[in-house]
Amino acid sequence: MTRKNNYLYTLMAVAALAVVVAWAQTGLFGLLSPWDAYTVRIMNLCAINIGLGLALNLVNGFTGQFSLGHAGFMAIGAYTVALLAMSPAVKQMNFFMVPLIAPFDKIQISFWAGILWGGLLSAFFGFLIGAPVLRLRGDYLAIATLGFAEIIRVVIINVKGLTNGALGLKGIPVYTNLWWTTAYAGLTVLLMVRLIKSSYGRALKAIREDEIAAQAMGIDVFYHKMLAFVLAAFIAGVGGGLQASLIGSIDPAMYKLPLTFQILLMVVLGGMGSITGTVIAATIVTALMEILRFVESPLTLGAIHLPGIPGMRMVVFSLLLIVVTLFYSHGLMGDKEFSWDLLFSRRTKQGVTQ
Amino acid sequence: MTATEFLQHLANGVSLGSLYALIAIGYTMVYGIIRLVNFAHGDLLMVAAYIAFYGILLFSLPWPLAFIVAVVLTTLIGVTIERVAYRPLRDAPRITVLISAIGVSFLLENLGLVVFGGRSKAFYVPPFFAAINHIGETAVPNLVWFIPLVTVALLLILMHLLYRTRIGMAMRAVARDLDTARLMAIDVDQVISFTFMVGSSLAAIGGLMWGLKFPQINPLMGAMPGLKCFIAAVVGGIGNIGGAVVGGFVLGVGEILLVAFFPELAGYRDAFAFILLILTLLIRPTGLLGERVAEKV
Amino acid sequence: MVNKRMRLLAWALIGLLVLTTVGCAQKPAEPQKPGESQAEGDVIKIGVFEPMTGDSAAGGQMTWEGIELANKLHNEVLGKKVELVLVDNKTDKNEAANAVIRLIEKEKVSAIIGSYGSSLSMAAGPIVLEKKVPAVGCSPTNPLVTKDNPYYFRVCFIDPFQGSVMAKYAYEDLGAKTAVIVRNVADAYSVGLNNYFKEAFIKLTGDEKSILAELDYQQGDQDFTAQLTSIKKLNPDVIFAPGPYNDGALMIKQARGLGITAPFMGGDTWEAPEFIQIGGKDVEGVTLSTHYSVDAAPTEAAKEFVDAYKEKFNKEPNAFAALGYDAYMVILDAIERANSYEPTAIRDELAKTVGFKGVTGTITLDENGDATKSAVILQVQDGVFKYLTTVEPD
Repeated sequence: MTRKNNYLYTLMAVAALAVVVAWAQTGLFGLLSPWDAYTVRIMNLCAINIGLGLALNLVNGFTGQFSLGHAGFMAIGAYTVALLAMSPAVKQMNFFMVPLIAPFDKIQISFWAGILWGGLLSAFFGFLIGAPVLRLRGDYLAIATLGFAEIIRVVIINVKGLTNGALGLKGIPVYTNLWWTTAYAGLTVLLMVRLIKSSYGRALKAIREDEIAAQAMGIDVFYHKMLAFVLAAFIAGVGGGLQASLIGSIDPAMYKLPLTFQILLMVVLGGMGSITGTVIAATIVTALMEILRFVESPLTLGAIHLPGIPGMRMVVFSLLLIVVTLFYSHGLMGDKEFSWDLLFSRRTKQGVTQ
Repeated sequence: MTATEFLQHLANGVSLGSLYALIAIGYTMVYGIIRLVNFAHGDLLMVAAYIAFYGILLFSLPWPLAFIVAVVLTTLIGVTIERVAYRPLRDAPRITVLISAIGVSFLLENLGLVVFGGRSKAFYVPPFFAAINHIGETAVPNLVWFIPLVTVALLLILMHLLYRTRIGMAMRAVARDLDTARLMAIDVDQVISFTFMVGSSLAAIGGLMWGLKFPQINPLMGAMPGLKCFIAAVVGGIGNIGGAVVGGFVLGVGEILLVAFFPELAGYRDAFAFILLILTLLIRPTGLLGERVAEKV
Repeated sequence: MVNKRMRLLAWALIGLLVLTTVGCAQKPAEPQKPGESQAEGDVIKIGVFEPMTGDSAAGGQMTWEGIELANKLHNEVLGKKVELVLVDNKTDKNEAANAVIRLIEKEKVSAIIGSYGSSLSMAAGPIVLEKKVPAVGCSPTNPLVTKDNPYYFRVCFIDPFQGSVMAKYAYEDLGAKTAVIVRNVADAYSVGLNNYFKEAFIKLTGDEKSILAELDYQQGDQDFTAQLTSIKKLNPDVIFAPGPYNDGALMIKQARGLGITAPFMGGDTWEAPEFIQIGGKDVEGVTLSTHYSVDAAPTEAAKEFVDAYKEKFNKEPNAFAALGYDAYMVILDAIERANSYEPTAIRDELAKTVGFKGVTGTITLDENGDATKSAVILQVQDGVFKYLTTVEPD
């Protein structure tokens, strides 16, 4: 299998995806979208979760630094996008209790610029937070990042002149569509693949395996950890912004630990340190969230009436997380990756690796 | 601020701090021995409170009996959690165990939501604990001195256990070096089980005290106290039982005084705890009473 | 080395992916104008999205009881059967948006009822606006819910009114000249209601300083002694502290323990049996405003509702069930007047609702889609909520 062929396959896959997206979003050559808005919405969520999951996997899986601060970065991205992309009139409607501080009450910039700002600001905060806490290890890091996510949320609640506090924001322009979300997921995958295959990726994995040995080999451990952390914060910020624009309204209560938990579940399920695994798991978990509705809704089969058990879904997911860590700690993919060879190569016996 | 008012704040702070301290002791014990942030520790508070609640409500148990049943059952649950969710991962990376702990915590909370329902319920408070004494202008509920008393009593018992008994010595050996302890013919699994037993019963007592002080219970009641008490344990020096008590008081009194002196910052109260944690980790990672230990390679 | 099993798995996954994607697709739908073909056959569907799980599950379930009861008693309109479709929004904004779009796209409902919790209703806002399907909220009291959204209505009063009701009661009936406000900064309801109380109270007393202090606490805080000790020094005539009922009950308990005797006042969330169970004798005399009271049952509809509810559930109905009932009835009324199942036609008639005799009072929807109606004030007496008085809107 030659590299040329692989590029060709990849190109074809991207083209096929673009056709599907175009068809789903706007219809194609007069053919209307075969999916209704409900299904398209789930597809959007899948794509956003893929990006978010990959970002978490970059830190937790590839670099081995356990961060629980994802929700905080998403919140920063979401609020930045909301504040920059909303029109002054909508802002005035929102901030009816405490007026929005200047200059945010006047400015409105385009959505893509807002998204970019959201990502950058989130990355900046990632830098500020990472500088002290990335010196910590293991569970201390986990608690410290969790603490920072919580601090971000508490600040958002209290700074009413900037965020509208607990009232939240509504009327965020709904720009997010399949083009945006697929591009987000696709570019994140691309970035991750390139990164992991580069010397940076090898350095990150070395840090994961043995930090002290990595340092002894001349790897600048802190710099690489920081790089992964800031990059993840950027991706999470962009994802948070896209999600905010998909729902159209946000409030601080959205960005609590359960949000991080949900994304962590995708990463663990897919395999810590596998891009392919996260992509698959994010898709499955997002779809399952909807499909598992039947677990909770009352079921009437003829004369038999089974009352629904509200809340069972989260019980199922928590159990899943425990079972996977206990018995299947590599997740779906371990640290393996998808490659075209896996599908097409005739040489199954020896020699071919990614 | 008048002296009376300050005394009142101090009484409030000590009362809250002793509760934090009580729960932090359990946290620090478990962490000290197996280096695991037992996320589920906070949720055991909730489990204990609900068992006592239903014991009184459904089985009409007298409250002392219901409390004892709650402590025993919660201890069993705690040990089971260790057996099922942590022991198989003894040789796995620490992060894996941490994920398992997070999973257990979410499982307990969500099971609680399914089984008990999400609405806050009223916890039974025996009349003795509800009584309030007035010393001068300062209101002192019986709980204000009762909870610190319990905390100190448990602290003394634990000190005795750790430094005067064989199992205590074994626990300290496991804490120092698990593998060497194993070589010294210490049954490590048994010691860790015992540690969880002690830790869980402490959590259960903490949960009951929590219920007495704040007589409303709901399935998520343990989450925040759990985190805050972990913070208290870190601030005091994790793994150090005396440190946990000191940390608990520092956090409790600090929170109250923060609100008392800067009322406009009251909304940032939770942030205060986390900032305290991060500052401790950066400036003095071993905590107030912890001794410096070299990171093992 | 490429493992054969891995290859099999990969192909299987791809196959599964393609299959589900295709499976989700229906035959390209006819170009559908909004609202068309909504009422197929002999059934008209009304969608309900309420939190049946999660933090707000209790509120959602009580509301659903009222809606279900209304449907049982009045299940026909314009000769067609009315079918309710309930989708759980799990107290989650994402899920709320999913739930509503599911109702519109998959179930083709003509109108939507929901949701308990203003933020959940706000998540549904842009969707009902885009898809042009009217939604009627039962108890979201945040003013933002209906603002700038011609497709969102509600049958409850909003916080500005509720705040002014309590301010008026404190000033006129209790003779209060000073007040302290305690709010849960993480709770939109608590923040909003406090704000309106403050405005109204200052207007009534004519004194900017009549609000002695505004004290905050965080969601999940259970220890309010620091704030309360400060309040004790200020010695206010009343303390206004709307928020979750458990916070309120704990706060009042701790206040009485500290020797604070000033009366406490709250909002409709305190109307829960657990409020009295947790607070015990300490919450005696506490007053609160709410939407409705069995003892004040003012209309024909209320009598019918209360009797049917007691028969079915064997307990007294509370405000949320009553509001659920009213939301359903208001929609049915609009459908009848519109003489159509078209969502847009229903919306137009909903907007014209005037003087509808509901369980919770006479409902008139104003230009924002908010109900102008009376509020009742209850007081805890001997361990139960007693009806004190009804306050009419200005």
